[in-house]
Amino acid sequence: MRILTIVRQVLDAEESVRIRDGKVDLTSSKLVVDTMDEYGVEQALRIRDSGAAVEVIALAVGPERNQDALRTVLAMGADRAIHVNTELALDPIALSTVVAQVAQREKAELIFCGGQQADWDSHALGAATAERLNWPQVTWTNALEFHGHSLSGKHDTDAGVEMFSVALPAVITTQQGLNEPRYPTVPNIMRAKKKELRVEPLEQFGAMPKLRITGAEVQAKARLHKILDGKDAVAAAGELVRLLRNEARVIG
Amino acid sequence: MILLVVEYANGKVSKSTYEMVTCARQLGREGPVAALVLGSGVAPVANEIGLVVDQVLVADNPALEQYDPELWAAAVAQIATEGEADAVLISGSRAGREYSPRVAVKLDAALLEDVIRISDTNGTVSAERYTFLARVTEKVETTAPVIVATVKQGSYAAALPGASAAEQFDVDLSLPPQRVQVTGKSAEKTPRVSLAEADVIVAGGRGVGTAEGFTRLVEALADELGAAVGATRAIVDAGWRPYSEQVGQTGKTVQPKVYIAVGISGAVQHLSGMNKSKTIVAINKDPDAPIFKVADYGVIGDVAQVVPAMIASLRK
Ligand SMILES: Cc1cc2nc3c(=O)[nH]c(=O)nc-3n(C[C@H](O)[C@H](O)[C@H](O)COP(=O)(O)OP(=O)(O)OC[C@H]3O[C@@H](n4cnc5c(N)ncnc54)[C@H](O)[C@@H]3O)c2cc1C
Ligand SMILES: Nc1ncnc2c1ncn2[C@@H]1O[C@H](COP(=O)(O)O)[C@@H](O)[C@H]1O
Repeated sequence: MRILTIVRQVLDAEESVRIRDGKVDLTSSKLVVDTMDEYGVEQALRIRDSGAAVEVIALAVGPERNQDALRTVLAMGADRAIHVNTELALDPIALSTVVAQVAQREKAELIFCGGQQADWDSHALGAATAERLNWPQVTWTNALEFHGHSLSGKHDTDAGVEMFSVALPAVITTQQGLNEPRYPTVPNIMRAKKKELRVEPLEQFGAMPKLRITGAEVQAKARLHKILDGKDAVAAAGELVRLLRNEARVIG
Repeated sequence: MILLVVEYANGKVSKSTYEMVTCARQLGREGPVAALVLGSGVAPVANEIGLVVDQVLVADNPALEQYDPELWAAAVAQIATEGEADAVLISGSRAGREYSPRVAVKLDAALLEDVIRISDTNGTVSAERYTFLARVTEKVETTAPVIVATVKQGSYAAALPGASAAEQFDVDLSLPPQRVQVTGKSAEKTPRVSLAEADVIVAGGRGVGTAEGFTRLVEALADELGAAVGATRAIVDAGWRPYSEQVGQTGKTVQPKVYIAVGISGAVQHLSGMNKSKTIVAINKDPDAPIFKVADYGVIGDVAQVVPAMIASLRK
């Protein structure tokens, strides 16, 4: 069986966001594999490690630099990788046409996708891909068991946690708690260099974005920064309560 | 027609739905605002929403007893197609964000997720949304004839009910089979005040020391203020608090009048869930903790001393 895991290369959360000409500028920023996608890669590897006859294929769509992210995931243990090369900013709906076609061509039966993208803060890719394939989906999954032809597990909903079971094929989006992603070891990083990383042009997939990004701004709300010294805890606490009551007027 | 999907809980229309009505009225696309009510035994919901919209479409169907993303997507797409809707508005809840992409694909529409503002000028729709873990406000545009948008909760004022009730129409649906079996549920125990609707939130992090410290400091301060309780992932992972209290990228997004962070460092993933709070207060012993960069008020000090002193001061 083949498992397709989506890999997105995003700005390291520790890095500042820089804006240039009304766009987020990622050149010279530290980029990493989206943690939410790492959960998916890890889960796929665990299914393979459990002894199932599984091939784990990582897929990234984006500029050339995404190959670094794919090498990282190959070093974690993925069997091979596909890079669909494009400078075009694809919205998640457009992206899902690419993912669905690759899944069909590779005869994948299970797709892992991050629950939320750390760059577009989007939740849409997994569900949109499932719709294109006419597969079911489970989002925000935080526990998963593989039973050969079906999956069971837990996922987050508006009302709390839900237990589910679903037959394959299916799309699963990830959430914290699913697992602790492994780190690539040095020997595995060396081994990963020899693994297949196929590069394909975007054109053959006919993906046309319907959305255009026309501006980006870091709007850090202006904050008052009235910070008190708490060496005298009683005095500082009294002053803080007074400020919240009489100046900010946010408490009674 | 602008179609909006009614979100409700326990037979009552949710606040997010009234916010979507305002969004629909301000969108700038022509035609009536129609509300779609999906579920079983939903007459009270249909009657309630009828006071704020132009039409109510009711799919009262035992098969819709339980929310399911595929059923909801099929129903919404069918009604949008039959009604020739050129805009479909869906709540930015977890459910809304998981079935809206399927609706967009079915309708070959543009999907605008989690919009905080959206308007149409001569067929070009522009919207704003938060990206990069809510650090950036991005503007997006589309000229797609049909749009599907999820509306971020808290971004619009709630529409006020009028005096007259809109006409109701029953709709028949052809629904797909349910493919994901729900085998159990563990509802979040309802907190004193729900995080989403609280005006005041007191949240705790690793700085409270222990689970018992959380109760003694954070819960006690919250009780004093009638506030909801929040937590960081660090202490949820440690098992001190339930996941339902987690604020941040992988937890809840909140926007209270005041957010009081107790022993929280202010990691980007935490900030992304609370940085739109009107007033932010931080108590942390480390003057360099990143939380102070987003704080309006703060005390550099030991939470074990400052918080009890705050409670004492509040009681005066
Ligand atoms: C994909 C991903 C998603 C994530 N999602 C979330 C999320 O949704 N929510 C979230 O919160 N985190 C999330 N995180 C984790 C986040 O990066 C931080 O690790 C976490 O927020 C830290 O929690 P904390 O502030 O409680 O702990 P710490 O960072 O350890 O901070 C504790 C703070 O307490 C202070 N302190 C200690 N003792 C005292 C004392 N006696 N008095 C006063 N102050 C004291 C310290 O100075 C320190 O600043 C996520 C991480 C990843 C990778
Ligand atoms: N996620 C965030 N939410 C709100 N403010 C932030 C966030 N990250 C950084 N900031 C603040 O934005 C300003 C610029 O920070 P930097 O990202 O370091 O350039 C500082 O005041 C930061 O504390």
